[in-house]
Amino acid sequence: MLRGFEAAHGLTLKRQFIAAERRAHLHALFLILPLLLFVLVTFAAPVVLLLTRAVYDPSIAGTLPRTVAALQDWDGRDVPPEKAFAALVEDFRTVSERNTQAFIGKRLNYEIPGARSKVIASVRKSQAIAAPPYKEQLIAADKMWGDRLIWAKIKQSGEPFTSYYLLRSLDLERDVDGKIGPVAASQAIYLAVLWRTFYISALVTLITLLLAYPVALMLAHAPPQTANILLIFILVPFWTSLLVRTTAWFVLLQDNGPINDALKFLQFTDEPLKLIFSRFGTLTAMVYIQLPFTLLPIYSVMKGISPSYMRAARSLGGGPLYSFFRIYLPLTMPGIGAGCLLTFILCLGYYITPALVGGAGDQMVSGIIALALNQENNWGKASALSTILLLATLSLFFVYNRLIGIDKVKLG
Amino acid sequence: MKLRMLSAAVILAALFTPASAQDSLTVVSWGGAYQDSVRKAFFEPFMKETGDKVIEEEFNGEIAKIRAMVETNNVTWDVVENDSMTTMAACAEGIVEKIDWDKLGLKRDDFISADASECVVPSILYATVVAYDTTKLTDPPTSITALFDLEKYPGKRGLQKTPFVNLEWALIADGVPVGEVYDVLSTPEGVDRAFAKLDTIKKDVVWWEAGAQPPQMLVDGQVVLTSAWNGRIYKAAQEDKKPFAILWDHQALDWQGWNIVSGSKNREAAYKFIAFAGRADRQADQTKYISYGPGNKLSIPDINPEILPHLPTNPENMKTGFIINAKFWADNLDSLRERFNVWVAQ
Repeated sequence: MLRGFEAAHGLTLKRQFIAAERRAHLHALFLILPLLLFVLVTFAAPVVLLLTRAVYDPSIAGTLPRTVAALQDWDGRDVPPEKAFAALVEDFRTVSERNTQAFIGKRLNYEIPGARSKVIASVRKSQAIAAPPYKEQLIAADKMWGDRLIWAKIKQSGEPFTSYYLLRSLDLERDVDGKIGPVAASQAIYLAVLWRTFYISALVTLITLLLAYPVALMLAHAPPQTANILLIFILVPFWTSLLVRTTAWFVLLQDNGPINDALKFLQFTDEPLKLIFSRFGTLTAMVYIQLPFTLLPIYSVMKGISPSYMRAARSLGGGPLYSFFRIYLPLTMPGIGAGCLLTFILCLGYYITPALVGGAGDQMVSGIIALALNQENNWGKASALSTILLLATLSLFFVYNRLIGIDKVKLG
Repeated sequence: MKLRMLSAAVILAALFTPASAQDSLTVVSWGGAYQDSVRKAFFEPFMKETGDKVIEEEFNGEIAKIRAMVETNNVTWDVVENDSMTTMAACAEGIVEKIDWDKLGLKRDDFISADASECVVPSILYATVVAYDTTKLTDPPTSITALFDLEKYPGKRGLQKTPFVNLEWALIADGVPVGEVYDVLSTPEGVDRAFAKLDTIKKDVVWWEAGAQPPQMLVDGQVVLTSAWNGRIYKAAQEDKKPFAILWDHQALDWQGWNIVSGSKNREAAYKFIAFAGRADRQADQTKYISYGPGNKLSIPDINPEILPHLPTNPENMKTGFIINAKFWADNLDSLRERFNVWVAQ
């Protein structure tokens, strides 16, 4: 009896506790709701929307629906049957009324260079076609329609969910039979650019680490007054615009700039060294800009390490190097991890610096994305490259998490 | 209280003012120094002469803005000055109107490259030229082949980081007659030939992307020769007194011109404005403010003889100049740019 009462009472207590807990959670959720909504609306949603363009392109499915339907059961071995031509003429009529021929032309031009104006002209000429046979008349309008290539491309791009942009970003394409293969060597650019982006980022991260670690060590152990002054030297450039600092390097590194002039004056060299428009220029400027990002997390972690650890190691008989590598370095790992991760991820997005002080072979993937967005107006390509960059970064992040553990990352 | 009554009266007055007999229209150009020249040569005299009102807008060639207006049926721009590529694209999409030359009262034949598109009355032509520093080159170049002549003109040369102009120049320097350049470039062998020619100078090329870079590279001595937009070199030479000269040989001209936005509510006024802006004397007047070549060939006699030699369309300069084929590049830019970028990075 008593036991039953206790149980019942305990249960209600538990329930009350859970209810109170839930209320507190809801309360907390309510408090962060504005921020959550803000992040969702201004950040997450646009990113997701933009990224969907990498795989979703309904331009052909939407403008040539009858043709795409008529090609469904086409085996792709020869020129499609008359009904596909009839459907295309019918579709072209709607296209002409809605003035959408430029979009079809643009999309098919990605697949077949030069198709753009032929498609636009065919739309115009097909308006005069009133009766069958459609096939002969369309081929007379442009002989391109007598080749199965354009039909295969209409069929492939007729699926609203397309792999075209992602494949192209990896230097792959579908041939006329739909088989995936590498693009011609003269068009293969994106893999090289992606690889270069990661290579340069990794190199910059490594160099900043080698430069930043000793400086951070010195700063952390200097008397506070000296440390503060030195810290200002690091922070002032950090607060200056990236563009200004890049331009400063531009001036310093050029052929008749102060560095080359000084080297020539000191007779170290007769010809100006190729400092600008080269990999050297890109690395120098990027390392300089990224140095504080690597340094500051390491410095703040070092500040938090009690000197008694090292004293203990030394008093227990460890030599200076041994104590450093066994005790101090592992203690600074969270700072190294944070600094390197920060620098590496920021480096992946560089494009103004390589564009200004880098050579033609230093273009990074962000530069290509900007080109696709601003000049080529090819959002599919831009989204596909962004998706690949994002996925590659995320997978690196997970590898890092596995090896070192993201919980060990410390900013201070 | 008094204030409220006053403002109510003002609003009422505004509401009931009869629509004036004058037209008003919105004209869009490129801003900056260029818009200043357009204002002085066209907007102000047009308003004075006709009493119509021109509302100015600026843009940067964003075709998306025009497209959005036409698609949402909210056309607030009447006349837009588009570059060649944008004109071609906008005309194909039907978001700008075909020009009725009879209605305009101008002769299409009088305009350079008006036959490139049905939707345009060309306003100006600008050129990509080769420029150099006269104090550093004692033996000034006379032909575009100088760009590819590393023996006579050793050192770095600046080129724009685009496939257009460079591929054309490579073929011309390789012996292709100007009239056949685009035919040759339409074949895979022709493209290979152009890249092979560019290969011969590749290691000595400094690539530029912004129009302000070439004059700067000349000042810094970073290059001995560079391709550049003629207006930039002219400005550096005239206003900043730099010792720069332009090689007027096989300069690559590109045009821009007036388009009427489809569904313009002031079409009559738009035609009136374009007819005015296309007039030979008006186009000659614009050259006082900026060194671009007028689209109307008849304006040449009206141009100040001191300015004429600096214009890309000066008959003397035009002997070998060619017009960039906007149609060819509309079709081939995507694929050739990829190939160009691969080649550049190799």
